[in-house]
Amino acid sequence: MKTSVREGKGGVQVLDLKGKITIGSGDVQLRETINKLVDEGKRNILINMQDVTTIDSSGIGELVGCYTSVTNKGGKLKLLHLPPKINDVLTVTQLITVFDVYESEQEAVASFAG
Amino acid sequence: MSLSSRFENIEMAQHLCGKLLEEEKISDETRHWILMALREALANAIKHGNAEDRSKRVHLEMNVKDQVLRIRIRDEGEGFDPEKVDDPLAPENRFKTSGRGIFYMKTFMDEVRFQRVEGGGMEIFLTKNLAAVKEKEEKGS
Repeated sequence: MKTSVREGKGGVQVLDLKGKITIGSGDVQLRETINKLVDEGKRNILINMQDVTTIDSSGIGELVGCYTSVTNKGGKLKLLHLPPKINDVLTVTQLITVFDVYESEQEAVASFAG
Repeated sequence: MSLSSRFENIEMAQHLCGKLLEEEKISDETRHWILMALREALANAIKHGNAEDRSKRVHLEMNVKDQVLRIRIRDEGEGFDPEKVDDPLAPENRFKTSGRGIFYMKTFMDEVRFQRVEGGGMEIFLTKNLAAVKEKEEKGS
């Protein structure tokens, strides 16, 4: 998996993910990237999932873990451009209600101000 | 076939299963979820069964007979009690970082059955009735 971080309006960290978030390939990388942002004091994180091709239960577990660690630090973690199959995987485990999911980056970034 | 306990081997097995399903006229959607169930079962065998010990093998059999896909996976680990796996939908488990693999297998396959192997290891059987899937997809189209 490839990751890149850019800063949006209001200091929101937009994390672009590309590729797979599966066991042994991307799951740990996601956790480390989020932990690094949290350690740097970043609290508002938007994960752009548009180019994520595959996710498995391990990847879902890491997403949940990232959500918890950001929230526990008083921050917010939200998702952008969820591909339909990843939406399905989150839906069947009832996790879709946990995450704030956006289709527009502009709206997503603005939502952190509220 | 027998695979070493490496996560990289999951994709090779998925590729082979995909080839097996090529002749079956099922949708890409159904194929995707079957391959995800296979991924979860193999990951379970490598991680929880064989504890990522590369000297231990994962044994895989897949076939389609009478339009039923049958997958059998056996690890060489200590085994576990599938009844003791937490329900990932229970509110107290919602934020756990693990424990969803078996749930996904059960969601996407018709039957998921575990069995302890005499002498060690765990076997998992996954079944999907492709004829029923095709009938459902034809009615839906």
